[in-house]
Amino acid sequence: MALLEVSGVTVRFGGNVALDDVQIAADPGIVTGLIGPNGAGKTTLFNVITGLLPPSRGEIHLNDRAVTRLSPTKRARLGMARTFQRLELFSLLSVRENIRVAADVRKGWSRDKENPATVVDEIIERIGLVDVADARVDSLPTGQCRLVELGRCLATKPKVLLLDEPASGQDESETIVFAELLRSLAASGMGVVLVEHDVQLVMSVCERVHVLDFGRIIASGSPSEIQTDDAVLNAYLGTNS
Amino acid sequence: MDKFLTFTIVGLSLAAIYAVIASGLVLTYTTTGIFNFAHGAAGMLAAFAYWQLRFDWGWPVPICLVLILGVMAPLFGVLLEVVVMRGLRGTTDTVKLVVSISLLLFMIGLAQLLWPPGVSRPMSKFFASSPTINLGPTTITWHQAITIGVAILVAIGLRIALTRFRFGIAMRAAVDDPSLSALNGARPNRVSMLAWALGTSLAAVGGVLIAPNVTLDAPSLSLLIVSAYAAAIFGRLRSLPLTFLGAIVVGLTDGYLTGYLPQNQYLPGLRIASPAVLLFLVLLVLPNPRLKGRMTRSREFFPMPSIRGALTFAGVVVLGGVVLMTTLSTPDQLTYGRLFPIGIVALSLVPLVGFGGQISLCQLSFAGIGGLVMAHLGQGGDPIALVWAVLVAAGVGALIALPALRLSGIYLALGTAAFATILDRWIFTLPKLTVFGWFDVNLFSQGSIGVDPLRMFGTTFNDPGAQMVIGAVAFALVSLLVVAIRRGRLGRRLIAMKDSEAACATLGMNLFGTKLLVFSISAGIAGLGGALYATQLTTIQSNNFDLVSSLQVFALTVVGGIGAIGGALFAGVSLYAVLPLIGTLFPSLIRWVGLLPGATGIGLGRDPNGAVSQMREGFAPLAGSPSSLLVMTLALAALYGLRLAEAIDNWTFVIGLVVIPLVAAAAATLSAAARQRTVAQLEDQPDRTPLEWVGIDRPWTAADVEALDRRLGTPVLPDVELELHGPA
Repeated sequence: MALLEVSGVTVRFGGNVALDDVQIAADPGIVTGLIGPNGAGKTTLFNVITGLLPPSRGEIHLNDRAVTRLSPTKRARLGMARTFQRLELFSLLSVRENIRVAADVRKGWSRDKENPATVVDEIIERIGLVDVADARVDSLPTGQCRLVELGRCLATKPKVLLLDEPASGQDESETIVFAELLRSLAASGMGVVLVEHDVQLVMSVCERVHVLDFGRIIASGSPSEIQTDDAVLNAYLGTNS
Repeated sequence: MDKFLTFTIVGLSLAAIYAVIASGLVLTYTTTGIFNFAHGAAGMLAAFAYWQLRFDWGWPVPICLVLILGVMAPLFGVLLEVVVMRGLRGTTDTVKLVVSISLLLFMIGLAQLLWPPGVSRPMSKFFASSPTINLGPTTITWHQAITIGVAILVAIGLRIALTRFRFGIAMRAAVDDPSLSALNGARPNRVSMLAWALGTSLAAVGGVLIAPNVTLDAPSLSLLIVSAYAAAIFGRLRSLPLTFLGAIVVGLTDGYLTGYLPQNQYLPGLRIASPAVLLFLVLLVLPNPRLKGRMTRSREFFPMPSIRGALTFAGVVVLGGVVLMTTLSTPDQLTYGRLFPIGIVALSLVPLVGFGGQISLCQLSFAGIGGLVMAHLGQGGDPIALVWAVLVAAGVGALIALPALRLSGIYLALGTAAFATILDRWIFTLPKLTVFGWFDVNLFSQGSIGVDPLRMFGTTFNDPGAQMVIGAVAFALVSLLVVAIRRGRLGRRLIAMKDSEAACATLGMNLFGTKLLVFSISAGIAGLGGALYATQLTTIQSNNFDLVSSLQVFALTVVGGIGAIGGALFAGVSLYAVLPLIGTLFPSLIRWVGLLPGATGIGLGRDPNGAVSQMREGFAPLAGSPSSLLVMTLALAALYGLRLAEAIDNWTFVIGLVVIPLVAAAAATLSAAARQRTVAQLEDQPDRTPLEWVGIDRPWTAADVEALDRRLGTPVLPDVELELHGPA
């Protein structure tokens, strides 16, 4: 079984079906892409996976363990971490404090002996925010805010990292650096799930891609398979070829 | 059976009043998003006005009713909307809450100003002289019949108005999306004015109907609407039919408890508290809300307090206590001394509300628990009782955290208000009872209970001056504790939780544990404040710790700045130094003083960072100017010396205390500005023309191009046609 296994997830909001029998999987050591047009249900799926939204039907497994009925907190402690498309930073705190909150939380429940302050310093170095470490996150541009959210996730030492449009708000050179960071995270053994509109980024870092449209998975496969898939082309370009 | 019917009618007529009041509350909440804590107070004012016109001046009933319900109440509602509520769009829940609480306090103050308490103001019921209507097995009074009839009319009227008429539909549209409904031609301002007019009139109807059944007393009448709140919560503040249903449940519960509650000395309070109990229970069974992310970008910002700043603050507070002890007469020490224990209660709000974003309107109830523990366990002045006061209050605080896991914002505010009411009206009034057969508790002995002065280090601190210093030291220590929390792990965690519970949960934070912890700490601090307060008062009564006092402390701390220890000092100083001081300085204004806490809240609630942060900005230059600081300290010390030598009186002393720091701050600001100018000259920037005006205000020069190139990092080009860009 995969590291993260989502099977048969259905979400209904009143009469609307936001997710319909969604099936995706993520393996350790690779970046799995999740793409789809706006409103396809990508963020909703993340909410279901992390436990912020209970699904109407379906199961989530993390490391062979059913987590569907667990709280977001418990799931996080089992190794899930996510970033938010709309940014959920602790705006009154500095970059360092934001990451420190997460490191402290981990220190609180795990048996790690590491000093949270050192963990935070390493992460800041890794995400390249040493220069702004003590600035309030409110004062940072969006691209850097997304990196802070990523850093906060890393402080929880996740097994699965769910990234919701982490590159939006970054410029081209930042994205190149970011892609490198993603590859190195996956190489360290993490399973990364990437929701992203920057198709170039997705195709360059992902080994597998799932395509979501109107709440259904319409294609899954390697980037090259996806790029030639009829259903995908139809969803994105509206052609019927 | 007759008895059952009789109490059904009693219950239904109460239900009718609650339904009318609650429907007004729901109406204003849904159309404007503001939960109006002062809604009941509007009904209270209407009841007083009705008494004034009908019974004091003896005007005919129809004229009174038309004037109050048809003219004064709607106008008052419109006034509220225009002056206060309109400015609250897009502010945080806490700010809205503080403003409406302040409004409540203001209206209570206004009622007590116009109709001084302590005078009996009887009101007779409608058609009191007519015989009751015979319904076969039972009878119904005209007043009851009219009350029930009015509620039915209101229900039908609202139903028709909201579904058939244009303005009603506009109101409902405004609920869903004000800007969208504005785009479709509705006028949100007019709609919300109408809603406030209608809502206030409904409150007035309820107030006039309920007043003859109870004593005309401003605070209790204003808070009677806890019952109406309970009804509104049944409808989740949205649904009018469910609100009516809730009103019937609350009313009938009250009615049947009146009729069937076993005759026993412990339970009468339960009937009085029953709406609050119901409110609490309903809040508990409300469906669990989803974890929320960041709702609105908050304007709040509370900087990290420095260790040096905190120590200075603590030192100044202790020094202040000593100065007050040595300069005030004993009666004044009794009055002003309360600022420190109440300040500690206000401090308890800082980690809870300021850092953690949890709202509590029952801090004085925790203080009351601390005071009781002090009274019972502190006999002979045993200081260990202080520890017990903290622990017991913290334990009760943890209990309150249980619903808090599920509630937030306005619901948490209502839950804690309900808890305060339950304590107020029932628990604190209990007679002596035996717990588990082995220990007797006689809380307030159904009246007041004496508290022994503290006895430490072989001395009994029964002198108000010494107690004042103890209070100041305790306040300073708790301030340091709060600063330590802010600077540490817990503080970061609380601020994170306030910002985004969703993010905290997905990082693996135990939100429940965090809330439990902060509620316990906060309640413990309040308990300590209450215990010290009790030793200063020497006898305590349950009304020392009632909901209205909690509301005052809450509102003033937010006004001062809920995120910093200075805000708590502000609350203490305002309530127990500034207000009495104004009363002493201007005896003619003493009756107006009651309006002040509310008035400041209404005005200042809009700046979420509070008054203290503004003051701090003003005094900030002092920190950078050792000479001004030194001169100020010396001047203050000299002033104090003069006062001790009795060379000057207290008024000169107070004026000096205010003027000297202001002058020092002004001097520091001036010298800082002067320094800046010198620095600017040293850096060789005589020209301050903004870049975009260069070439217009003065011609381009080669130096400008060079500076621009340097800033942009572009290579310097040798020959640029300057003449092309600048005026020749």
